[in-house]
Amino acid sequence: MSTLNLNQLVREAHEQNNYDSLISLIPYAKLLGIECLRLGDDMVFRLPANQDNIGNPTLPALHGGVIAGFMEHSAMLHLLMFMGIPHLPKIIDFSIDYLRAGHYRDTFVQCQVWRQGRRVANVAITAWQTNQTEPIATARAHFKVDEP
Amino acid sequence: MSDSPIVARAQRFLSVLRHCQVLGISVHSADAQGLILRLPYSPQIVGNPETGVIHGGAITTLMDTTCGISTVCVLPEFEICPTLDLRIDYMRPAEPNKDVFGFAECYRVTENIIFTRGYAYQDNPDEPIAHVVGAFMRMGKPADLQRTAKGAGQ
Repeated sequence: MSTLNLNQLVREAHEQNNYDSLISLIPYAKLLGIECLRLGDDMVFRLPANQDNIGNPTLPALHGGVIAGFMEHSAMLHLLMFMGIPHLPKIIDFSIDYLRAGHYRDTFVQCQVWRQGRRVANVAITAWQTNQTEPIATARAHFKVDEP
Repeated sequence: MSDSPIVARAQRFLSVLRHCQVLGISVHSADAQGLILRLPYSPQIVGNPETGVIHGGAITTLMDTTCGISTVCVLPEFEICPTLDLRIDYMRPAEPNKDVFGFAECYRVTENIIFTRGYAYQDNPDEPIAHVVGAFMRMGKPADLQRTAKGAGQ
């Protein structure tokens, strides 16, 4: 895996509008079932409803950790896809506010990079289910983006 | 031995969380002072295929669960406590092929909110891989909730 060429993978994914190879690179993303949807210049990440991601069995609702993990990984992919970073960004810190229950249905995420410096990037992440204006969670994260 | 009811309640809580079963999370220890859960290393939760390091999301799930279940250490009866917010600071990368332990304690309990804090570690609790703080909302006992829901007529 040391010959992993992320830049090339990202370029091919953009060209073919198929991000499966980028997703399947990371076992944890495959475990959750994360997908990428390209909408013009925007990228929306989707987490299809999956029994294995349930935390609260009575509602039922997704595990808060799954929502957080999905958001963190979406932010990382977003940086990889749009910021021309040739290696995997490393998480520094992650802070999430849970606004509504994450029901057992498809979840969507969109990211906004507020600042990318030479060493650190700041990303805001929003997750929603039925309506983008009613997020189930918002989060922010810092990633280390310079050479490992 | 007086701590064993807390262990039993923590185990019962954990056993109904499907995603935690998928990750293989188990109760390591629990008493009035706090809770320790164990996340076994497994290839399916790797976040960096080049290094084999566990994904931050799996650590977040471990710590959200640990903080959430640590409420049984301080509450006399089971209450539903959804997470309000959670913050994780990564001190150092986790080492591959090693289990991760999550410790959490409730450091302030009010009528409505429980404030929790904790850390994740591998070999040595004095060298944590991450620090965590989280706030949880007290929704009351499940029976209270049902009564409220009926009374409110949805």
